[in-house]
Amino acid sequence: MSILVYIAQSQGQARPVSWEILGQARAMADKLGAPLVAFVAGQGVGEIAREAIACGADKALVADGAAFAQFRAYAYAEAFEAAIAAAQPAIILAPAVAGARDAAALAAAQLHIGLAVDCQGLDLDGAGNLLAERPIFAGNIVTTVVFKARPQMATVRSRSFPLPARDRARTGEIIPLAVTLSDLALGEEVLGFEVAEVGELGVENAGIVVAAGRGVKGPMGFAPIRELADLLGGAVGASRAAVDAGWIPYPHQIGQTGKTVRPDLYIACGISGAIQHLAGMTNAKVIVAINKDKDAPVFGVARYGIVGDLFAVVPALTEAFKARLGR
Amino acid sequence: MKFIVCVKLTPDTEQLAEVQPQDVGSDDLGVTMVLNPWDEFAVEEALQLQERFDGTGVAVTVGGAEATEALKRAVAMGIAEAVLLSDPAFAGSDAWGIAHALAQAIKQLGGATLILTGKQSVDGASGLVAPGLAARLGVPFVSQVAKVLDVTAERVTVLRALDEGMQTVRVKTPAVLSVSKEINEPRYANYVGIRKASRMSYPATKAAQLPGLDLKQVGAGATLTEWADLRKPPVRAGKCEFIQGATVAEQARTLAEKLVAEKVI
Repeated sequence: MSILVYIAQSQGQARPVSWEILGQARAMADKLGAPLVAFVAGQGVGEIAREAIACGADKALVADGAAFAQFRAYAYAEAFEAAIAAAQPAIILAPAVAGARDAAALAAAQLHIGLAVDCQGLDLDGAGNLLAERPIFAGNIVTTVVFKARPQMATVRSRSFPLPARDRARTGEIIPLAVTLSDLALGEEVLGFEVAEVGELGVENAGIVVAAGRGVKGPMGFAPIRELADLLGGAVGASRAAVDAGWIPYPHQIGQTGKTVRPDLYIACGISGAIQHLAGMTNAKVIVAINKDKDAPVFGVARYGIVGDLFAVVPALTEAFKARLGR
Repeated sequence: MKFIVCVKLTPDTEQLAEVQPQDVGSDDLGVTMVLNPWDEFAVEEALQLQERFDGTGVAVTVGGAEATEALKRAVAMGIAEAVLLSDPAFAGSDAWGIAHALAQAIKQLGGATLILTGKQSVDGASGLVAPGLAARLGVPFVSQVAKVLDVTAERVTVLRALDEGMQTVRVKTPAVLSVSKEINEPRYANYVGIRKASRMSYPATKAAQLPGLDLKQVGAGATLTEWADLRKPPVRAGKCEFIQGATVAEQARTLAEKLVAEKVI
């Protein structure tokens, strides 16, 4: 019996949410007295396996090779299934990010495992069963998913848990996984890949999100937003209105039909705060709203508000932070 | 070519906030029910594919008699055929159970070139029916499809949106595709479509009419997980503090100071 954690990577870089999950899984493994096993698939991912050990794993199972150079749904799922067979886990955790989501879902479907997706809290009951907290109905209802059988699987959203401390002195076994891919897996061909211009940091990983909506009036209106985000080391988010207008690409969209974020700080600029947008950001620790309309619903969820024109307030805020932070 | 689109009846997104925890899982959520908004993109894509590649579209749903409303919407948009899978045996199924029932129905329909679904439902929001269906049919699965580039009798080529970029992916048909909202702009139903949909009959296909159906794999008894402790999320406490000041610069300085003190920067 063990806890198995899927380490998601893209282009040879581990997704930070993987370490967040591993940190929480370490605490759960200690409680259960069970080994913590990490799994990673990719090409040349040995360093990620070593990082997994440093982040708390006792063992890392690695599916490494050309077959895993690009994400392929069944190939990754079958490697994950091989890891599940090898680790015999009671609990299986994976990041709720594109790619890992599919591999986890296909593996769970193939092996007939109960899966709770998009969880934002994980706990154990007295008998060592997983309790997985997740939002449903677009965040309007929260449930704790309980499992009727083992293993018990969950995918977990970014920033649900803190990053664990890395300890390079930790040792653990790194074991190559032999995976024989089915024809179904081999039949998926990746013909091309075009990197998105979402910047280093996707909105879901950012500690600070500066988001804008209809109020920016056009694509150029994002310039002061981006400047503030860059200064604070944050990411740029957007409301559906701004994305649908074509001012900024879809990966930046926050809300019911976009991404759900939970940064430490969310600065909503020129966003009225439609319920669909609020669904994606009310889990932020501190929300700041800047809007011309003092009655805008966004102020209802904000800790701090400034009533004013974002084109005056946002640059002023950037200047204020430059002065305050000495950047 | 045949394009099957799997749809679900879900609450209107405008009314999701009105759903009460004690009603979740019941037959009546007390809100307006509509075709799952994510499924509209799948229906639209089926229509566009049928125009591009000369095929027919079939909509399939699982649910009680009320689920007909989801099919009606798909038909009103232009889908030619509709299949309602309705049987007390299906009630309370989880995603794997629904996937099993859909897989048997698709087999009975003689298969399809492509099976399309929305990204997820706005209620349960698991997004697991599509991968579950692909696994049960033993066919390829591509999620987050942002564009269908080409379809032949043997293969389909699509763009798959990953967080870090866009992959061009080619898989064998039949395949299950779950589509992203980037893929198209769903059309509105016109009067002719709405009239056609209201005149069409939607007979229920029962569990016994699906030869491959295993009753042990569907219904509440087959679920592997359960939603416990259904509750409203905590309300954000406190009122908004409006930052005042003689000038915008002064307001900005005050706000910056407060945020630094909050230790969020």
